[in-house]
Amino acid sequence: MATKKSTRIGRIAVAPSVILLFLWMIVPLGMTLYFSTQRYNLLNPDRSGFVGWLNYRAFLTNPGFTTALVNTLILVGAVLLITVVLGILIAVLLDQPIKGRGFVRLMVIAPFFIMPTVSALVWKNLLMHPVSGFFAWIMRSLGLTPVDWFTHHPLLSIILIVAWQWLPFATLILFTALQSLDLEQKEAAEMDGAGPFSYFFEMVLPHLARPITVVIMMETIFLLSVFAEILVTTQGGPGQQTTNIAFLVYAQALLNYNVGGASAGGIVAVVLANIVAFFLVRLVGKNLEA
Amino acid sequence: MSIKALLAGACSLFALSVAGASAETLTIATVNNGDMIRMQGLTEDFTKANPDITLQWVTLEENVLRQRVTTDIATKGGQFDVLTIGTYEVPIWAKQGWLVALDHLGADYDVDDLLPAIRSGISQDGKLYAAPFYGESSMIMYRKDLFEKAGITMPESPTWDFVADAARKLTDKASETYGICLRGKAGWGENMAFLTAMSNSFGARWFDESWKAQFDQPAWKATLDFYVDLMKDAGPPGASSNGFNENLALFNAGKCGMWIDATVAASFVTNPKESTVADKVGFALAPNTGKGKNANWLWAWNLAIPAGSQKVEAAEKFISWATSKHYTELVASKEGWANVPPGTRTSLYNNPEYQKAAPFAALTLASINSADPTHPTVDPVPYVGVQFVAIPEFQGIGTTVGQYFSAALAGQSTVDEALAQAQQYTTDEMTAAGYIK
Amino acid sequence: MARRTSPARVAVFTALGWAVGFVVFFPILWMVLTSFKTELEAFRTPPSFLFFDWTLENYAIVQARSDYLRYAMNSIVLAGGSTLAALVFAIPAAWAMAFSPTERTRGTLLWMLSTKMMPPVGVLVPMYLLFRDFSLLDTHVGLIAVLALGNLPIVIWMLYTYFKEIPRDILEASRMDGASSWKEIVFVLTPMAVPGIASTILLNVILAWNEAFWTLNLSTIKAAPLTAFIASYSSPEGLFWAKLSAASTLAIAPILVLGWFSQRQLVRGLTFGAVK
Repeated sequence: MATKKSTRIGRIAVAPSVILLFLWMIVPLGMTLYFSTQRYNLLNPDRSGFVGWLNYRAFLTNPGFTTALVNTLILVGAVLLITVVLGILIAVLLDQPIKGRGFVRLMVIAPFFIMPTVSALVWKNLLMHPVSGFFAWIMRSLGLTPVDWFTHHPLLSIILIVAWQWLPFATLILFTALQSLDLEQKEAAEMDGAGPFSYFFEMVLPHLARPITVVIMMETIFLLSVFAEILVTTQGGPGQQTTNIAFLVYAQALLNYNVGGASAGGIVAVVLANIVAFFLVRLVGKNLEA
Repeated sequence: MSIKALLAGACSLFALSVAGASAETLTIATVNNGDMIRMQGLTEDFTKANPDITLQWVTLEENVLRQRVTTDIATKGGQFDVLTIGTYEVPIWAKQGWLVALDHLGADYDVDDLLPAIRSGISQDGKLYAAPFYGESSMIMYRKDLFEKAGITMPESPTWDFVADAARKLTDKASETYGICLRGKAGWGENMAFLTAMSNSFGARWFDESWKAQFDQPAWKATLDFYVDLMKDAGPPGASSNGFNENLALFNAGKCGMWIDATVAASFVTNPKESTVADKVGFALAPNTGKGKNANWLWAWNLAIPAGSQKVEAAEKFISWATSKHYTELVASKEGWANVPPGTRTSLYNNPEYQKAAPFAALTLASINSADPTHPTVDPVPYVGVQFVAIPEFQGIGTTVGQYFSAALAGQSTVDEALAQAQQYTTDEMTAAGYIK
Repeated sequence: MARRTSPARVAVFTALGWAVGFVVFFPILWMVLTSFKTELEAFRTPPSFLFFDWTLENYAIVQARSDYLRYAMNSIVLAGGSTLAALVFAIPAAWAMAFSPTERTRGTLLWMLSTKMMPPVGVLVPMYLLFRDFSLLDTHVGLIAVLALGNLPIVIWMLYTYFKEIPRDILEASRMDGASSWKEIVFVLTPMAVPGIASTILLNVILAWNEAFWTLNLSTIKAAPLTAFIASYSSPEGLFWAKLSAASTLAIAPILVLGWFSQRQLVRGLTFGAVK
């Protein structure tokens, strides 16, 4: 149905964004590619020069690399699962007749307003702390031993914090999409006497397919580079249990000040992100058409 | 090359635009610790005497500050006129020629009054490259009431065996009292600061004279075994993610029998507004094993001027004011002697009024004086630094090794595994960095 | 038809909704409560909920110590400016991709998203060098550009998704009437897209508001937003949770107000769509 004219106008409309993004991508990427082949430590500028693949080899053979890769995937996968499932349920709930819906909605969205470092500090010290935290108090009140979150379940702790931050994002997008589900369609479904479950699976879920895809794609991008939460809670420890790829790159860039290594790490991260995105598109990407 | 040409052009442009201004504005990057915050409230004293200088503060937490100023000075971004940096950075940056030597601090500055241990850490070839604003070491803080109840007396300079024994006796997990709280959170400035200082007292060192990593040596194994066993028996839950502030909160809530950490904590634990145990705290030197070194560190926050700055004169005036005896007296007159920035000048510790206001003064001084950044441990080392190694690569290596050690503390690996990993990793990194040929 | 009006149903969902809202909101509530405690009280076990000596001292300290308004103004300028800038480029692009897709649209969309895959910390030094050379360090313009470009892919994606939801037949009808493409956007599509655009704006403002890597590393004083304000309260030597809670409460207050108003906007958009 796209006419020739509208296609042309379409191209013109898309062009500025594409050009800008292209520049935004290519300039830092070019510089990063260049630096990734250099020996360049900010604190030691005298030892510099072309080193070829050395930075890549060092990053990839880092003993923590495989663990970090696995941790990254677990973190992204778990947070996606939690936020999407809970996000759908909450979005559907918010679509029901609730007194004071506006306020409830604001409460659900609110975690997104908090800066990652702050929410990580609040969770670690005020909630999850095994001695003085709120959760520990609940456990003790119930006569149980408090969970020592960051010692025994460090990655799970990080997952919970990050999932809490991103749940509002999923909820907001899915909820907005639900609202565009026609009132007429809803009523028609009710006329047909569809039960709540068949209504949910036959009407709501298919309608949410595309927004869910969008949530997954966008969250993945952000989740792949989570590191502020890790930095302020565990610094990647104990051991390497909470070290992800982004934290490894952080360590190269802002602990070692190894610009060459950080650049190589950044490129590796981009490649990995693209691989992840490729599989995601395979999994959920068909919803992008239509 | 074109980038360098470009940046040279940009620098000169920037310099021109700066030189144009008549009244000078100093942008000061600083850390958000109490003493620095207090200084910001007292700057009127300085600006009154120097009406042509305005001060602008950029206050940041330690990690952010460090990454911010390091990026800026290394790329010659020129965003700051005065930098607050630690004793770790000063020797490295001075060696790179990034800092202005402070030759004009004024006639009454009295450089010789600076504590020798602090001064030697920030000097290069006899020249001062930064001026210390406050200094600290580490010591034992302990609960006098709990010791009394258990019938133990803390000596002034205890051994590790005594400390471990007392910690196990004080521990009563049912009432959430833990004999000893120590750092466990991974990081070069977190658990590794403590463990490196502790290892010095056990006679261990990071590197031998030819930069070979020493984690395969028995002294390190003794250190880590001792630490892990002690924390398992007498430490609080969650120790592997506890840093300075987590332990401070535990201690102030009355959960720790002993805590070994920065001397600056003394003023927090004795402050009744922040601490439930303010009147029950005693102090002692950090423990030793009889090998001649105590397990205490040495740190100072210093003010420095980046090389290439257009405002050296004004900046030096400010630094001279902020680290002078006059400033000490100013704080004392406005906020009391207990709030004076500690750990930089001999004259402060000879001042009877300060000794009266700060019961921990003598121990702080003894701790600082017993640390020697050029001879941190029993055996000779090729590096400077007590609880760190002043080489650019240390932040990264220290943090990774810290991760291995925190895993040993959390029980996720054995001490031997952690040491083997640390040895392997450090050797690889030092080889890559060109120290090991 | 019982689904819609039964009071029992409303009661059940209201209770459930508030319970879920409360659980999700609890950490923030706890933080706000903590901001009214003393540092000592913040760590008391068992914790005190509402019955403690409420104090404003943390807010007084924060107020005395830093120029909150300047940071807040910078945050507003940066978040608002970058959102506006991103929308100017994103609306035409998303509209075109949604309504006259070509065979390359899907690829372009994915490619746009992939520009966000570079971990920021890996490009810090190259970016810092660029900013220094173009004298953009600590300027509003520089940060607005970075934030707008950083969020542009997200904005395009969200708008694209919402635009896709707009029924085709309406578009066809207006085309029959001879409406031009621009009129199409202004009079037909934009009103229908209001809820989508509103929630996109909200999300983008939040993302820009909380962006704590570039805003911290590329600003000094003049352009420093609330992320820098927070960084001066987090993790000093000494107890800081009550003060940090107070600072954080102040930092989210403006955006919470915005959230409140914008969601009324969302509701209005909804009713518009329902009446059509």
